[in-house]
Amino acid sequence: MKWASLSDFLAMGGYGTFVWGSYAVAALVVAAELVLVAHRFRAARAAAARAPEPLPERD
Amino acid sequence: MRLFHFAAPNTFYPLAGKLAPWFFGLAAVLCVIGLYIGFFVAPTDFQQSEAYRIIFIHVPSAWMAMFLYVVMAFWAGIGLAFNTRLSSMMATAIAPTGALMAFLALWTGALWGKPMWGTWWVWDARLTSTLILLFLYIGFMSLQAAIDDPRRADKAGAVIALVGVINVPIIYFSVKWWNTLHQGASVSLTKSPSMAATMLTGMLIMALAFWMYSIGAVLVRVRAVILERERRADWVRQAVRG
Repeated sequence: MKWASLSDFLAMGGYGTFVWGSYAVAALVVAAELVLVAHRFRAARAAAARAPEPLPERD
Repeated sequence: MRLFHFAAPNTFYPLAGKLAPWFFGLAAVLCVIGLYIGFFVAPTDFQQSEAYRIIFIHVPSAWMAMFLYVVMAFWAGIGLAFNTRLSSMMATAIAPTGALMAFLALWTGALWGKPMWGTWWVWDARLTSTLILLFLYIGFMSLQAAIDDPRRADKAGAVIALVGVINVPIIYFSVKWWNTLHQGASVSLTKSPSMAATMLTGMLIMALAFWMYSIGAVLVRVRAVILERERRADWVRQAVRG
């Protein structure tokens, strides 16, 4: 193990703010995208279930 | 094998639904392995100490931002040329994930630049062209959102996507063509990598994780786009009402 302790790990050699600031925001935006995309899918499915009678095939 | 079988929204919709969880699962496993290597196996850098560990998300997000743009422009172009519905829907579904990757590349770059260069931002060729990439994604999404008719929105978006694709090689070669503050490529096809093997392994595994994540997110979003646009089709009724 290259880290002496948890605080050593969190300090990242004095660059903790920059390293963890990068990883925290990355985790945050990925989590936000997952929530938004799941919400968009559920909303689209609900709207499709409420949609009126289908139009005749056009193709 | 019917190559174009899954090129129609009604056959691709269930396929995407089956595949997406596998891509998310793979992304999670690769992320755990990549971060373990990145934080517990890869050594301290002799020049940058521990600050370099930002590389494990910085480079993968920058690669994905460029790669997704090319894929988006490809599908937008196919949709424009052949008027295929699913191709344009793919382009629409890729844009937000691409924008997210471009934002992450810039954000992590700023947090890496501050301790190493002494500044969050410089108007350097690599940084500026990556910012333009983010604006191209945002422009594509805004333009599509501003046009009510989806097929016209596809065509207008395709023009931005195709014109903007010129920016991708500019980003890639910017560190060669101009004298930039940003360092040159650590990994290239022609030279052996200029970094420790474990650092490189961790970075490549994280790149794969980002890749799998992006595919999963795009598959779920394209399912939503399909439902939004084809909600009146008979197969959608059957699919959503069971």
